[in-house]
Amino acid sequence: MSQLKHFLFRITVAVLFVLVPILGVYTFVKAPEWRLWFPENVSSYGDEIDGLFHTITWMVGITFVGTEGVLVYLILRFSKKDASKANYTHGSHVLELIWTAIPALLLVFVAFSQMSVWSKIKINLPDGEYTAENPFMEVYGSQFDWRVRYPDADKNFSGADVIESAFDIYVPVDTKIVFRLKSRDVLHSFFVPKFRLKQDAVPGMNIPVWFEAEETGTYDLICAELCGWGHYKMAGKVHVLAQDEFDAWLEGRREALYSNGSED
Amino acid sequence: MSNAAIARPLGLDPAGTVHVTHDHHELGFLRKYIFSVDHKVIGIQFLFTGLIMLLFGGLMAMAVRWQLAWPWTQMPILGKVLFPETGGVATPEGYTMLFTMHGTLMVFFVIIPLLTGTFGNYLIPLMIGAPDMAFPRLNMMGYWFWWPGIVCILLSFGAQGGGPAAGWTAYPPLSTIEAAAPGSNWGQNWWLLSLTFVGVSSMMGAVNYVTTIVKMRAPGMGFFRMPLSIWGLMIAALLQLFALPVLTAASFMQLFDRVFDAGFFTPPDIIINNFSPEAGATVDSVGNATGGHPLLWQHLFWFYSHPAVYIMVLPAMGFASDIISVHARKPIFGYKPMAYSMAAIAGLGFIVWGHHMFMSGMNPSVGLVFMTATMMIALPSAIKVFNWLGTLWGSRIRLNSAMLFALAFVAMFIIGGLSGIWMASTPPDIYIHDTYIIVAHFHYVVFAGSVMAIFGSLYHWFPKMFGRMMNETLGKIHFFGTFIFTNGVFYMMHQLGLAGLMRRTADPYAYETYAHLQPMNQFISICAFCLLGWQIFFVVNFFGSMIWGKRAPRNPWKATSLEWETPSPPGHGNFDKELAVYHGPYEYGVPGVEADFVPQTQKCEHVSAH
Amino acid sequence: MSESIAAYDPKVDAPAHLHPVYDYDSGPPVERGKFAIWLFLATEIMFFSGLIGAYIVLRSGASTWPNPADRLAVDLTAVNTFILICSSYTMVLSLFAAEKGDKGGTLKWLGLTILIGSAFVSVQVYEYIELIHHGNIPSKDIFWSTFYVMTGFHGTHVVIGVIWLATVWVRVLKGKYPPQNYLGIELAGLYWHFVDLVWVLLFTIVYLF
Ligand code: HEM
Ligand SMILES: [Cu+2]
Ligand SMILES: [Cu+2]
Repeated sequence: MSQLKHFLFRITVAVLFVLVPILGVYTFVKAPEWRLWFPENVSSYGDEIDGLFHTITWMVGITFVGTEGVLVYLILRFSKKDASKANYTHGSHVLELIWTAIPALLLVFVAFSQMSVWSKIKINLPDGEYTAENPFMEVYGSQFDWRVRYPDADKNFSGADVIESAFDIYVPVDTKIVFRLKSRDVLHSFFVPKFRLKQDAVPGMNIPVWFEAEETGTYDLICAELCGWGHYKMAGKVHVLAQDEFDAWLEGRREALYSNGSED
Repeated sequence: MSNAAIARPLGLDPAGTVHVTHDHHELGFLRKYIFSVDHKVIGIQFLFTGLIMLLFGGLMAMAVRWQLAWPWTQMPILGKVLFPETGGVATPEGYTMLFTMHGTLMVFFVIIPLLTGTFGNYLIPLMIGAPDMAFPRLNMMGYWFWWPGIVCILLSFGAQGGGPAAGWTAYPPLSTIEAAAPGSNWGQNWWLLSLTFVGVSSMMGAVNYVTTIVKMRAPGMGFFRMPLSIWGLMIAALLQLFALPVLTAASFMQLFDRVFDAGFFTPPDIIINNFSPEAGATVDSVGNATGGHPLLWQHLFWFYSHPAVYIMVLPAMGFASDIISVHARKPIFGYKPMAYSMAAIAGLGFIVWGHHMFMSGMNPSVGLVFMTATMMIALPSAIKVFNWLGTLWGSRIRLNSAMLFALAFVAMFIIGGLSGIWMASTPPDIYIHDTYIIVAHFHYVVFAGSVMAIFGSLYHWFPKMFGRMMNETLGKIHFFGTFIFTNGVFYMMHQLGLAGLMRRTADPYAYETYAHLQPMNQFISICAFCLLGWQIFFVVNFFGSMIWGKRAPRNPWKATSLEWETPSPPGHGNFDKELAVYHGPYEYGVPGVEADFVPQTQKCEHVSAH
Repeated sequence: MSESIAAYDPKVDAPAHLHPVYDYDSGPPVERGKFAIWLFLATEIMFFSGLIGAYIVLRSGASTWPNPADRLAVDLTAVNTFILICSSYTMVLSLFAAEKGDKGGTLKWLGLTILIGSAFVSVQVYEYIELIHHGNIPSKDIFWSTFYVMTGFHGTHVVIGVIWLATVWVRVLKGKYPPQNYLGIELAGLYWHFVDLVWVLLFTIVYLF
């Protein structure tokens, strides 16, 4: 009877431990369906980020299932009540070598496979109309709103013809937008999940950031760095417009500027 | 002074000398239990204080979870205490204070003190065969210096205008410019002072631990005959010694910025919207020094706090190794690789801090260096996991409460370690950084990992500490619920993070992107409430067993290490016989010997004397 | 149950307070106190590295940095630095005296060290008063912020050192350090040398460059 009880107990423990990889993998498989997964990507480099993420997910997923599986097997197999002694061994050089070398190679591989995408997104700016010195716009965080400035026709960011707006950012589609990210007060972070873009805004710094949206639409802009009590509501919108619509919008704003004298 | 005889801290003892002294004094209640210099009493003091802080930190977490599940609704029970003015509804600034306090309490007042303060104090002398710490009075001061830290952190919560609200990471300028976070004025100052006291306390402890381990091992107890717990504790102490002072220096700079308007972390031309005296004035124009840099704080902070995350796990790894070996009745697999990988983790731990700053505006090329170093630190972690599995292979597992928690540590650490690889990879980290994946990652290592190991260690060493056995049935019930609800709370945070959910948002559902995530957050919160409630089984068992538990023998688990050679609980001076150590601590199932374990003090020709 | 794992039995096991106490030494052949003080000094080195590192980063990041000679009394502090270095020498002499069991010499040289330390602090306080009088406070600019933090924490260390040495002096007077055990003097001396060394570094980077 106690034999049976112990057997049932071992099974229960094993089930508990094995549920972790089973449910763990199941929830990852189901996540897209439950919308607990990446929102669709609309930027030109987002697919590469997602691709890297997926490769790593496969690697760590297999390791996860493998190690947890072995753990469960060992718990089940070796927890019998057994008067005999355990295997007397202090280790194995060969095994140590194997399980040092293989993960080392994999990790080096993972590290190196990140580098080109990272350089492309964060280190280098794309060739195109806009550059760090001559950006498309200037965005700055300020407790608790996002402000954006579009330069005047002479590419100046100060002066009467500069267009300013808060919370809503308008950009044309299929254009490599380079902008300057700043902060007026504390740290903020410019996060557009559907662009796969995140960059902290740091007071005193002038950080060039770029993206290229490939689909028109309106996307959530989220502040991703704690910036005070209103951090949770520092919500902006990025409106990606077709080029002609964007031009029309800009024109409209310019006219409004001239007729009202000032903006906001 | 009866204790001076025990420690003999200053006399030059030629190696191997044994001093035998007799200690004939009865101590009064105060000296015995309150201002005790006995490492065991101090360890237990750290234990009780740490467990109370765990309860506080846990309650804060519940308040946070309520807000995330049902934002801006009346919070049952806790709401009355935390938000009396609003009738129990959280306020946005109150929410920022809650998670700041939760993080601070858990890191500096729960995990680190429980691992190093409690078990470091309790186990080090017993496991290496010393009568006490090298400096017992310094040890007592270490505990009592922790108290001003506790008082300051409590003061900060009750400070005029509210507690610190800049997160446990306290990034400036939010943390330094008072107008940026109107709620937290003196709160942040108390917070910084508190950290300084905790730092001094840890430093006293760490000096003591390292000196004790190096200088006071029993004859024959070579470094490579020490249990892995001692390795973990020693390396954690070294990390404390070398990393913590940098945080102390940084905290002082932040304090200067706040109190004397110095400019270490304040760049020029900041304008805080509601900055007084005149709205729209820059900080320079109202007499604040500027010319500093906000990222400087981040570098200094993470230079400490990345090593700190390993302080929060290395001892736990050691304890789990010991518990697993004892209850698997099998030598630890790859003892030296285990010890070396802890050392490697510690060494590499000093050059990876930048992985917390990939999105911070730090030079992105430097990010690549930090990424590569971070990938390398995953390697020793992997080696440790494989060696734990190797230990279990061909073993004879006893599935008792201590073992179940230790096994859970391994299972959970795997998850936390693997998710580290995602976020170490810089391009995916663009998306992942500061989302709930990070929250999942560090709770898997720190809560599901280290806290499980702490529970396991309590079940394992309780008989030694209190002289009685804990109740196994209650222990197992405690384990099952804790395991299920822990995963219920933290696993789905990965997916929430993938959906883009940011940390530290009081009401995520204001964003369209997050509106559909509320049901999952409610599920998580319910699991969290159950997790806390379930701990009643532990509390009942823990205190009940102290009174009604079965009397513990000296060596209830048939373990080999030295702490089991003494009475349970050990008396003052620890050992009632002279010690000599003949081999390592993991001699289980030795062929040719009748018993299935050979204590370290027992000479045995079947055991090689490595 | 085998005897080796017998339960604690108050009738058999000696009462706790009657245990003999076994105290081992596992080397290396250096006193515990000295070993610990070196560990402590390592943490101190990291502490000042944090401060000095921040200073270097801020200074190299700044577009302009004032010439320290325009703002600080370099001559006065140079003299002050010199006497502080001398105090390391007097500290060594007092240790030599202690080694020889020369109580009078120990007291004399240790006393001189304490005096010099106090003089150093006094000059520093005078410098502070002058500076603050002219409105040069930490909030004025980043130069002064770093100046006060670095010299201030060093000054605090000197004060602690003076107090420590003074307690040692009293203990010498009471005859607490026989020639075979003057470790207490040595530990305070190590700390004192460290404090001096840090000052030389600080003086160089804050006042001279
Ligand atoms: C396999 C080894 C590990 C790797 C590769 C790793 C990697 C990382 C990375 C890259 C981050 C920063 C992510 C971001 O903010 O974007 C991070 C955050 C964190 N990790 Fe780990 N980690 C590992 C193990 C651990 C362990 C063992 C602990 C603690 C016991 C830990 C605790 C933390 C904490 C607390 C944070 C978040 C700090 C914060 O932002 O509040 N990690 N980890
Ligand atoms: Cu924000
Ligand atoms: Cu880290």
